Amino acid sequence: MMCVEQEGAICLKGLTKRFGSVVANDKIDLELGRGEILALLGENGSGKTTLMNMISGIYFPDEGQIFVGGREVTIRSPKDAFDLGIGMIHQHYKLVDVFTAAENIVLGLPEKGKFDKRAIAQKVRQISERYGFDIDPDKKIYDMSVSEKQTVEIVKVLYRGADILILDEPTAVLTPQETDKLFAVLRNMKADGKAIVIITHKLHEVLDISDQVAVLRKGKYIGTVNTAETDAQKLTEMMVGHAVSLNIDRPEARYRDPRLEARHLTVLNKEGVRMLDDVSFLARGGEILGIAGVAGSGQKELLEAIAGLQKGAGSVLYYPPHPNSDLAGQHVPVDRDGEELLGKTPAQIQKIGVSLAFVPEDRLGMGLVAGMDMVDNMMLKTYVQGNGPFVDRKPPKELARRLIDELEIVTPGVSTPVRRLSGGNVQKVLVGREIASSPTVLMTAYPVRGLDINSSYTIYRLLNEQKMKGVAVLLVGEDLDVLLELCDRILVLCGGKVSAIVDARETSKEEVGLYMTHVGGREEEPK
Amino acid sequence: MNEKHTPLLRLAKREAMSSGKRWAIRIAAIALALLAGGIVMALAGNNNPFAAYATILDGALGKKTAVRQTVKNFIPLLGTALAIAPCFKMKFWNIGAEGQITAGAVCATYFALFWAGRLPQVPLLLVMALAGMVGGGLWALVPAFFKARWGTNETLFTLMMNYIIIGFVKWLQGGPWEKQPKGSQQIAQFAENACLPKVAGVYCGWIIVLVLMVLMFLYMKYTKQGYEIAVVGESEATARYAGMNVGRIIMRTMSLSGAVAGLVGFLLVSGANNTLYDGVAGGVGFTAITVAWLAQLNPFGMAAISAMLAVLEKGADTLQTRMGVPVAISDVITGILLFFMLGCEFFIQYRVIVRGHEEKEAAK
Amino acid sequence: MNDLLKFIVAAVLTGIPLLYGTVGEVLTEKSGNLNLGVEGMMYMGGALGLGAAFYYEKLAGAAASGPVAVVLAILFSFLAGALGALVFSFLTVTLRANQNVTGLALTIFGTGVGQFLGEYMRVREGTYVAVGNSLKSAFQNSPFPRFLQELPVAGPLLFGYNIFVYLGVAVAVIMALYLSRTRSGLQLRSVGESPATADAAGINVTRYKYLATILGGGISAIGGMVYIMTVAGAVWNHEGLSGEGWLAVALVIFCLWSPLRALWGSALFGGLMILYLRLVLPFFPTQLYKILPYVVTVVVLVAVSMRQKRENQPPASLGNAYFREER
Repeated sequence: MMCVEQEGAICLKGLTKRFGSVVANDKIDLELGRGEILALLGENGSGKTTLMNMISGIYFPDEGQIFVGGREVTIRSPKDAFDLGIGMIHQHYKLVDVFTAAENIVLGLPEKGKFDKRAIAQKVRQISERYGFDIDPDKKIYDMSVSEKQTVEIVKVLYRGADILILDEPTAVLTPQETDKLFAVLRNMKADGKAIVIITHKLHEVLDISDQVAVLRKGKYIGTVNTAETDAQKLTEMMVGHAVSLNIDRPEARYRDPRLEARHLTVLNKEGVRMLDDVSFLARGGEILGIAGVAGSGQKELLEAIAGLQKGAGSVLYYPPHPNSDLAGQHVPVDRDGEELLGKTPAQIQKIGVSLAFVPEDRLGMGLVAGMDMVDNMMLKTYVQGNGPFVDRKPPKELARRLIDELEIVTPGVSTPVRRLSGGNVQKVLVGREIASSPTVLMTAYPVRGLDINSSYTIYRLLNEQKMKGVAVLLVGEDLDVLLELCDRILVLCGGKVSAIVDARETSKEEVGLYMTHVGGREEEPK
Repeated sequence: MNEKHTPLLRLAKREAMSSGKRWAIRIAAIALALLAGGIVMALAGNNNPFAAYATILDGALGKKTAVRQTVKNFIPLLGTALAIAPCFKMKFWNIGAEGQITAGAVCATYFALFWAGRLPQVPLLLVMALAGMVGGGLWALVPAFFKARWGTNETLFTLMMNYIIIGFVKWLQGGPWEKQPKGSQQIAQFAENACLPKVAGVYCGWIIVLVLMVLMFLYMKYTKQGYEIAVVGESEATARYAGMNVGRIIMRTMSLSGAVAGLVGFLLVSGANNTLYDGVAGGVGFTAITVAWLAQLNPFGMAAISAMLAVLEKGADTLQTRMGVPVAISDVITGILLFFMLGCEFFIQYRVIVRGHEEKEAAK
Repeated sequence: MNDLLKFIVAAVLTGIPLLYGTVGEVLTEKSGNLNLGVEGMMYMGGALGLGAAFYYEKLAGAAASGPVAVVLAILFSFLAGALGALVFSFLTVTLRANQNVTGLALTIFGTGVGQFLGEYMRVREGTYVAVGNSLKSAFQNSPFPRFLQELPVAGPLLFGYNIFVYLGVAVAVIMALYLSRTRSGLQLRSVGESPATADAAGINVTRYKYLATILGGGISAIGGMVYIMTVAGAVWNHEGLSGEGWLAVALVIFCLWSPLRALWGSALFGGLMILYLRLVLPFFPTQLYKILPYVVTVVVLVAVSMRQKRENQPPASLGNAYFREER
């Protein structure tokens, strides 16, 4: 690699970072010139964010060199990064909620003395006009929308005169209109001579905005290609390592009886924003209902409302399994005409005989207790069973042993805290426990996120097994290829509304993508 | 790697350390603390630190009467540390044990003062113990309720509650419960039947706290409620997900914690002092927090640390009479000891990598 | 009217040690450190401040100058608190120990050191440790000329206090301006609100936490000295000092982390502490007046948590340690 001649460009050589025994980045090389946009492409967990965190001074590399403007540099802290003109826009915005936009923008600048709010506001406006932002310097962060917060982050970095910008999944939380606006801004910056890295896993965005694409896979550097000379197919191959014919089974279940029905379900968040808006659908036993949507379209709220973890208006009705299905008889009979779940706590739902399994997105922060071992995690939902004040650790211990065998969980033993297990094994522990409760409804959110291919297929197999038993499976996913091959039907959420419910066998990726960005697939601007 | 580009010191989280090594580090920390304390004593009065420590040990354990006094110091420390353990396990920072002890002491004293004539010893003591537990429990329930309902900061709330009840005792002392003739600002000594009997020369509180130690160990480790406490402490989101009623668990655990502290209050008024005064807790509520934390919330560890501090406290008395060192030296050395023990946990959790020594460390 | 005036003056004087304790702790807590060692630091400040003035007088004899004694007392009490806070910072910031527990350990240590020194001086000098009357007046009398002090109403109300009142007000006002009007104050608040954000913005979180805690501890400790030298009459009095630090922590909450509100808050708390001397209500026993500051603090604490107004909340990261690599 050259790494020397160019002024204002960044170059990485053999960068490596380990976390314990996990190699998050293995000998990464990368090069970026001025006035260029480089897309850093990779699946979730491929090490993109770790790499960028090393450049922005948050992690310190274990091995390797970083060159900026042709000089080898050491980046020990975010401050070192700023001094080198590197600005990072994190996926989770790093803003102080009780401060105004202007206060956040000047935070950490080395200028001395009193801060002149008017001068700052003036400069903020200048930057905004130059690149085409829209921002109110005196607005408090806690009053802002997600896209406004992102704008503050970008202005913050520009205000410091950064000429190397790193954006970590900037479009994940934006509407298509906001994304278009962002891309227009990025093109203005590029024309202004900035070097930009955009981290993403959305191919059409890569092809739309970038000049070069660098691909990571499982922490390894795969290669860099010119965007003009590649296409989605080739990039996908680089990203996943083989052509994406997933070959996921989609068997047909015998009974497809109604199981769960949402009627005009509306959920507000703490700030009073409608996260779910008049959502109605029917999920059947013996089918996998996929739930697609841009991140933050209400997926989390939908599952949590059903599980009794969110308050909401409307109704969620539960129907017991068909008397002839395999599931019948295992469960306390509940009202055939539908039992209301909304407004009940998880304990109350369990008490009326509804066996609801839920694999939440946040595995270690919600689904499992990170510091506890497998045995204690197995009894999370069943510890109350049995008489007397003492817990019985025998059944959970047996269950833990059984899961280790059946799901090939790699762990030093049943008494190792689950925090120490790898992502795939953590997920097997969680899914295994939930399935072991012999549910009639199984809800999973991003069940294969961060998992390797083998673990992912294990999860698909488990979901299919449940479906064949007559369980109603709700699967929130982000990978449309998987949803299209695994699900029977797909419910598409857009801005908290049901955009469409389509038959997964009939539809196409393009159609679902359209529904994700426009309610009902209409081409006009959604409000 | 290029040496000049690496920071001089870096930290890395350790994988689990063997328990032998852990204890070696802790014992080394205690030794260092005692060394530092020795230097303080040497500077303060030209005392030979070894002689001073010998005096402390001899003063605390040398004679039967001394041992009895040491045990008397030990009882409330261990009892209160046990009281605090479940709250801290739940990551509910209850620093109101001082007030919960006092509240329990007040309730127990009520029966000692006004029911002693009506009840024989055993039922009276039982009633007093129960009253102490109820008093402490209710006093702790107040901040727990507001925490569960509105998320009110429990550290600050429980702290304030301490001084409210202590002020209340001051009023009782100088007002309605003042002994005859008025003017002494003191509450009368309890009648014989309101005092805990002695076993082996010390009031029987030591048996009670040792039993409590075992019970608390079993409670935290083997009961459903203990499990709930551990889950809530790790992650409230997980607890809710599992169907636990977090608010109720917070209130129940705090009540339990307050009840145990209240029981200690009963032991103090009925066993140790045979009366009530505003300093009945005397800082034990705070010291016990450090005891519980340093023992990693393990009841047996708490007993060991409590014993150590009790020896120090009693020994310092002797140090004053024999060598003229002010008795406050025990607080100074206790403070130093706590600092070192708090600091040493860092070296158990993390390893420091010095530049140029990565390979050696990695090979370990 | 005259009684009211006297009461206000007495309230301000009684509250002023709290003002130092509180303003110092506000600075500390703004950095996200909850230092519960205020009580200990005030003890150390009281003992060392008194010791400094006493030994200075002993050495200088009749030539002892009041202002020098005041400066020395401030200096030594500040150093005592700063040292305690340094230990706290080292343990909680660098060695990542639990803040609640470390603060309590500091209280145990500090009250021990304070009492040890107080007692040690007494034993060594063979008499009780107190400064002479001429020095005492430098601590306790107004620095303003007589004619100003003798103005009707405004005289006692504005010019009649001891030097520490004016100094305390100045410290509180400067602190308020620093926190709200300077870049450095903004950065300090960001550290207390969201250390991860501050870190990402290139702010040295560790340095801010150390400096704010040490400076804050020093200011708090001056309060202990002020108590001993003014309210307690320039003799060592560990009974009287007991509880001042905790009251200061209460006042931090009561004034919602604002140094300006601490100005009238400290006078209010001072007033509540001496109210029993002035106002006897038949239905309310005088001994219970002393718990009023704590009761009103609890009410404020509960009200704030119920109203959930963003600006009035404690610093968001208060009591939590910050480790960059563990996010």
